[in-house]
Amino acid sequence: MNFVYERLLGGKNAALGIAILAALIFIILPIGLDLFRLNLVGKYLTYAFVAVSLVLLWGYGGILSLGQGVFFGLGGYCMAMFLKLEASDPESTKIQSTPGIPDFMDWNQLTDLPWFWEPFNSFGFTVLAVLLVPSLFALIIGYTMFKRRVGGVYFAIITQVIALILTVLIVGQQGYTGGINGITDLKTLHGWDIRDDSSKYILYFINAILLFGVIFLGRYILTSKFGRLLLAMRDKEDRVRFSGYDVSNFKIFIFCVSAMISAIGGAMFTLQVGFMSPSFVGIVPSIEMVIFAAVGGRMSLIGVVYGTLLVNFGKTIFSETLPELWLFLMGGLFIAVVMFFPNGLAGIWEKHGQKLLVCIRRMQCVGAVKTLLNKRSVKLEAAGE
Amino acid sequence: MSMTDFTLAIEDLTVSFDGFKAVDSLNLYVDVNELRVVIGPNGAGKTTVLDLICGKTKSTAGSIKFKNKELTKLAEHEIVHAGVGRKFQTPSIYENLSVYENLEISYPQGRGVFSSLAFKRTNEVDERIKQIADEIYLGDFLEKESALLSHGQKQWLEIGMLLIQDPELLMLDEPVAGMSVKEREQTAELLNRICMGRSVLVIEHDMDFVEKIAHKVTVLHQGKILAEGNMETVQNDPKVIEVYLGH
Repeated sequence: MNFVYERLLGGKNAALGIAILAALIFIILPIGLDLFRLNLVGKYLTYAFVAVSLVLLWGYGGILSLGQGVFFGLGGYCMAMFLKLEASDPESTKIQSTPGIPDFMDWNQLTDLPWFWEPFNSFGFTVLAVLLVPSLFALIIGYTMFKRRVGGVYFAIITQVIALILTVLIVGQQGYTGGINGITDLKTLHGWDIRDDSSKYILYFINAILLFGVIFLGRYILTSKFGRLLLAMRDKEDRVRFSGYDVSNFKIFIFCVSAMISAIGGAMFTLQVGFMSPSFVGIVPSIEMVIFAAVGGRMSLIGVVYGTLLVNFGKTIFSETLPELWLFLMGGLFIAVVMFFPNGLAGIWEKHGQKLLVCIRRMQCVGAVKTLLNKRSVKLEAAGE
Repeated sequence: MSMTDFTLAIEDLTVSFDGFKAVDSLNLYVDVNELRVVIGPNGAGKTTVLDLICGKTKSTAGSIKFKNKELTKLAEHEIVHAGVGRKFQTPSIYENLSVYENLEISYPQGRGVFSSLAFKRTNEVDERIKQIADEIYLGDFLEKESALLSHGQKQWLEIGMLLIQDPELLMLDEPVAGMSVKEREQTAELLNRICMGRSVLVIEHDMDFVEKIAHKVTVLHQGKILAEGNMETVQNDPKVIEVYLGH
C-alpha cells in the first residue's frame, strides 16, 4: 500500500494530480463530449504516450529524440498489419486477381503474402511485435550511438534522419507497406467490429487505462535510483561514469523503454482511427510530439498529457478556421514555451497553481471560522435573552 | 613488467596529442597507505596523468598497473570497480540533488540498469551515508540541495562521493582550490585521516597545504619527472627551483 502510494502515485500532491487527470479522462470527457469528439480525444491521447516517453527520455534523461514517430509508427504498423490481414479474407477480396492478400499488394502485382507478413496472422504475435519490434530497433540504434558516445544535438539529428529514412522506405516499398496511403480499411479485431459506436467507447477506455499504466511505469522508473541517475547523467555525465556506472547502458535502456511506450500509443492509434500511414512516422509528427511534451512540461508525466490535449485541440480549432497560419502558430508556441516557460504547463502550475490552492484553502478556513463565530454569537444572544 | 607490491605502478607511460607528448615515458610508483602529491608548473601534465589512470584519456604507450591489474585497457567504470576514485578539478557534483542523494548515487550498489531499478534505501545504506557525511563535515546539511553549498563544501561533497565507494586509490585534482584558510585546514585534516588504509594521489599548487599532507612529492615538468622525494629535498633541488623561478 505504502509502495503504491509513495512510488506510483508519488505522494499527496502528485496523487491529487493523477486523480484530477483520471476524473477528466474517465468521467468528464466521456460525459461531456459527443462520440466524434471523444474519438478525437482518444486519438490525441495516443500521442500522449509519446509525450510521456519523452518525459523519461528527454526531460529526465536529457536525450532529445526527434524521431519518436518512428516507434509510434512501428507500433501502429504492427497492429495495422494484423487488422489488415483479418480484413483481407478470401471472401471479401474475391474480386482481386490474388484473393486473400491485402488489396494494396494485389494492386502492386504481388501474388504471395510476403514472409514477414505471415506471423501477423496471430494476435498474440502481433501484441508481442507491437512491444518488441520498436524496442529492438531502439536497442540497435541506442547501442550503436550511445556506446560510441554520440549524444546531444548529433543524436537528435540522427534520430531525425532515421525518421526520414523510414518514411522513404515505407513510401517506396508500396507493395509491402501500402505506400503513401498507408494501411487502410481496417475493420475487425477477431471479428469484433472496431468501427461501431460501442467499440469506439471501449477502445477509448482501454487506451486511457493503458495511458495511466505507462504513467505509473514512468513514475516507478523515475522514483527509483535509476531516475536519480538519469538526472545525474543529464547534468554531470562524467561524474556518473567515474562513479562506476556504464552510462551507455542506462541510456540504451531508457531509449528502449521510451520506444515501447510510444509503440503502445501507435497501436492504439491504429485501433481507434482505423488506419496507419507514413504521415505519422516522419519528421513533422516526431517534432510535433516533442512540442506536446515541451508545452505540457517535459519534467511532468501528467503535464504532458494536458500539453498534448491542449495543442491538439488548438490544432483542430485553428486548422478549421485559419489552416494556413497553424504551422506558424505552432512554431511560435514552441519558441514561446522554450523561452518563457521552460517547464511548460506543469511549471506554471507548480509556480502559481499551488498558491491558488493555498488561497482557496485559506478562504475556506476564513469562511468556516466566520460561520462558527456567527453560530456562537447567535447562541450567546439566545442565552443572553 | 613484473609483479610489484605497489598500489599503483606506472611504467613508461606516454601519451601524445598530435605529436606533442603531454606525458613522456613516465614512471611513478605509489605505495600502500601513501599520500603522494604531484606538483609542477602549468602544462606539466599533472591532470593528464590522472586522466590516464582513470581512463578518461587513452595512453599511447606504457602501462598503468593498479594492484598488478592493467588499467590501460579497461573502460572507465571498470577502473572504478577495480577500486580507483577520482575527484575532478572543479567540483563535479549533481547540483539539483540533495547532499544525501548525491552520496546515495555514489553508493557502490545498484550499479546496473536493473539493480538500480530495484535499489532500496536500507538501514545499512542510510547509516553509511550519514557516517560519510559526518566525515566530510556535511552531517548537518544532508537534506540541503547541493547547489546551495559553498564552494569548499562542494569540494568535500565530491570527496565524500568517492569515499563512500571505499576506493583503494583516491585521486584528487586540486582539492583545496578556492577554499578559505579554515576550510584548507579542515581538508588537510580530512586527507590525513582518509589516507589510512588506502593510497592517495593529490595534485596541488598550494605549497603550505602540500607541506601539511604530503608523504612524498613528485615534481612533473613537460611530461617528465623532474624530482621526487620528501618536501625538503624537492624544495631545495636546484632543477625544481629553476623550473619554478627560472623563466
